[in-house]
Amino acid sequence: MTGWPLWEVFVRARRGLAHVHAGSLHAPDAEMALRNARDLYTRRGEGVSIWVVRSADLTASSPDEHDTFFDPAADKVYRHPTFYDVPEGVEHL
Amino acid sequence: MDGDPRDPEAAAFAELVSAGPVEPRDAMPDAYRALLVRQIAQHAHSEIIGMQPEGQWISRAPSLRRKAILMAKVQDEAGHGLYLYAAAETLGVDRSELVDALHEGRQKYSSIFNYPTLTWADMGAIGWLVDGAAITNQVPLCRCSYGPYARAMVRICKEESFHQRQGFEILHTLMHGTPAQRAMAQDAVDRFWWPALMMFGPPDAESAHTAQSMAWGVKRFTNDELRQRFVDMTVPQADALGLTLPDPELRWNAERGHYDHGPIDVDELREVVAGRGPCNAERMAHKRGAHEAGAWVREAAAAYDAKHGAARAEAVVG
Repeated sequence: MTGWPLWEVFVRARRGLAHVHAGSLHAPDAEMALRNARDLYTRRGEGVSIWVVRSADLTASSPDEHDTFFDPAADKVYRHPTFYDVPEGVEHL
Repeated sequence: MDGDPRDPEAAAFAELVSAGPVEPRDAMPDAYRALLVRQIAQHAHSEIIGMQPEGQWISRAPSLRRKAILMAKVQDEAGHGLYLYAAAETLGVDRSELVDALHEGRQKYSSIFNYPTLTWADMGAIGWLVDGAAITNQVPLCRCSYGPYARAMVRICKEESFHQRQGFEILHTLMHGTPAQRAMAQDAVDRFWWPALMMFGPPDAESAHTAQSMAWGVKRFTNDELRQRFVDMTVPQADALGLTLPDPELRWNAERGHYDHGPIDVDELREVVAGRGPCNAERMAHKRGAHEAGAWVREAAAAYDAKHGAARAEAVVG
């Protein structure tokens, strides 16, 4: 059919929020990808800003390495405020 | 194989299915991938072919308001098709392969779109009954085990509820019109009621894919359960409209707490699915023709990219 590349679409729902992945689409170039993304993912005013990026340009962590990749965070409970004991009656801490 | 509990890979996958959505790069059984590609592609094709029966009425809509609504609805169907093709592509197939499979008859679309739309009231019956049945089928898919499919369904379900309401409103308006308009509404419902019930597929006893699909968390309810849910929701709505559903066996069963209804015509369903429904040939000819007629647009876009591509390759950040 077409050899158009795949693009990932990120939509900012409103000012103050981050862009969130909405889905993907095919388009010949970035400009058409943006226009297609507008027609496909914001038909009901779901966005005030759109990013498109070629899917081929994304680098992702691998689910196979999930355990080892994220392991360093697993045993550092002292990074959470609930780790610490606070004497009774102490406020605003 | 996949269902064998002694197989460690199958056991790991069963655990993954129960823990939360399966995502594209997770290891999954080939049969799971194939089942999803088949189902999502068929679903996408249905959305795309589904533009035809309603698209035929855009130029004949009775008012500008109705015309704008119908155009928005048909545009939504195109969007739904694209969400679903994108979900299928996360499984490693290319959209063009799926479109080819549709054009060559190797993949199917929902049997409902092979029925003709003869009057304006059919736009009402399709929105109310066909989209109503689709929603009943689709809401549980928002929690299906494959993440990209589930996310596409969430978006689709949100949009479908306008489709069903606009159909209900068309029929409601007709039912408050002239005797001829009321008769037209009843005729549309008479023709679409049974095909809408067939959208849930064959009865459970004859459904080939249900058991494995449920084990994998793709399907959450059986065909007959979903059909019953749709009947239970729709009968009171028909009463509100003043329309009669064409089933002499339809009655409230207090003991079951559900409406009893007659059986669907399995032979008719089988014939339409096999390609021998009233409009199968027309739908496919139109689809192939539209694809060929659109070739110049694709070529023009490719030529434009070839000319200006290098300068525009980077994404725009805003």
